[in-house]
Amino acid sequence: MTSETGARTAAAARRHAGGVRMGTGRAGDRIFVSAARGSGIAVLLIMAAIAAFLVWKAIPALQDNKANFLTAEEWNPNATPPRFGIAQLAFGTVVSSLLAMLIATPVGVGIALFISFYSPRRLASGLGYVVDLLAAVPSIVYGLWGLAFLSQHMEGISRFLNSVLGWIPLFGGDSPGKNSIFTASVVLAIMILPIISSISREVFLQVPRANVEAALAIGATRWEMIRMAVLPYGRSGMIGGAMLGLGRAMGETIAVAMVLTFVPGINVHLLENGGATFASNIANSFAEASVTGRGALIASGLVLFVITLLVNMAARAVVARRKEFV
Amino acid sequence: MAKRIEISGLHAYYGGVHAIEDISMTVEPRSVTAFIGPSGCGKSTFLRTLNRMHEVIPGARVEGKVMLDDEDLYDSSVDPVAVRRVVGMVFQRPNPFPTMSIYDNVAAGLKLNGVRRKSRLDETVEESLRGANLWNEVKDRLGKPGAGLSGGQQQRLCIARAIAVQPQVLLMDEPCSALDPISTLAIEDLIEKLKTQYTIVIVTHNMQQAARVSDRTAFFNIAGTGKPGKLIEIDETSKIFANPEQKATEDYITGRFG
Repeated sequence: MTSETGARTAAAARRHAGGVRMGTGRAGDRIFVSAARGSGIAVLLIMAAIAAFLVWKAIPALQDNKANFLTAEEWNPNATPPRFGIAQLAFGTVVSSLLAMLIATPVGVGIALFISFYSPRRLASGLGYVVDLLAAVPSIVYGLWGLAFLSQHMEGISRFLNSVLGWIPLFGGDSPGKNSIFTASVVLAIMILPIISSISREVFLQVPRANVEAALAIGATRWEMIRMAVLPYGRSGMIGGAMLGLGRAMGETIAVAMVLTFVPGINVHLLENGGATFASNIANSFAEASVTGRGALIASGLVLFVITLLVNMAARAVVARRKEFV
Repeated sequence: MAKRIEISGLHAYYGGVHAIEDISMTVEPRSVTAFIGPSGCGKSTFLRTLNRMHEVIPGARVEGKVMLDDEDLYDSSVDPVAVRRVVGMVFQRPNPFPTMSIYDNVAAGLKLNGVRRKSRLDETVEESLRGANLWNEVKDRLGKPGAGLSGGQQQRLCIARAIAVQPQVLLMDEPCSALDPISTLAIEDLIEKLKTQYTIVIVTHNMQQAARVSDRTAFFNIAGTGKPGKLIEIDETSKIFANPEQKATEDYITGRFG
């Protein structure tokens, strides 16, 4: 009886020892959990630190500013007294990015449709790969290409648009040039093409086979099938992709800085030389800026940070809403 | 409206896989023909060759003839899109367009055919929904999404969508396999009613269903995995179920295999 109890206790002890060994396994688990959680929290901390840094550096310059930061067009933070506002930068950033999105979205969606539904299978994988490669081209290369090649050829196109559509203020003006917001938008459009087309392609791949076959079975041609089954299903994905592209275009720096020539003041004639964006302005003037000038640039960076954050959040929200249809 | 289908020497392939081999049969108009047989015997594949839906799968192809009255569906001058407008199809799982209303689902095919007049659309939508025994259940919510209906209602909606373009032939690929018994009964009643106007071909796994709804039954079988499916025999349904010619058919019917 007692020996049996003893044996039982020993067995329990062994099980307990086993439990302790299991415990080391759980310790490993805990390490991984905390490492993963730490990485997750680090992202949030970094975001917060960036915002805090921007605010902290921007405040003294903003206090010295003698112009209205949000509505003034001039950018003279190095003068005494410093006068600067973001109106022109905001205009240049938003307009060039929106224009880039308008150009890139139809093309990107068209590429995605072609790859998903029209091209022969072997061509499709190659083409998808090439489009994705566009995303891997460094932006300085786009800048060089935009400056040395594209802008030379944009002058003729700009003159043509100016002569045909000049009655629309955006295409108006007396001297269409090659270093315009329009040229910058075309470069940006090419840069955001891959993100738009790859997100569109992804949602097109998820269109249920049953919907596609339903359309084909009632005698839809391929284009009719795309209109009935694919586009309605992929709509929010396409919108989300376009907005992610918009966010990327807003933050793009070097290519835009290289293409644009700075001319002070908002110019709604997009074909004329000039214009500036938040990012291009920072890239062009940070090196020679005084302490206040740097603060002013950082303040403008903070505004850009907030705008791109909002655009990206909106884009993610739109992409996520697609789940409704599934 | 209904046409006779005559199939001769039909083979279907998925890439290098020979899925069905040398099928010849006649499908009579204004009647129901049921395809039965074990899983993987090629009856669904065969059904999909009758409206050229087989070839929408990448790498799939068909050899042989499918004559709809006197027109070969696989003639090189024939547009597969035109074929699908005269040979309608209902799928195993109800697949209404999820982003469209009930009304738009039924009107989709008509709009493809260029019908734009509201009165004409209204008329055909009502007629088709009545034809599919669904009108009374949905007439007050035609603008609501088709995906909000029950499974059985969705399947009848798909039938309404298929008959709205007034096809010559209606193909049904296990239309009741995802439905409960009550909905199944509703569909079977509907098939009984539709056969007065259409040539109907139905694939089913349910032998009682084949016995209940069909006039003629075709039994398909497969010699082994990887082998192509073949037509074993086709005859009057009463004869197939009571006194089949082939031993394999009898074994399948009586549940000795499959």
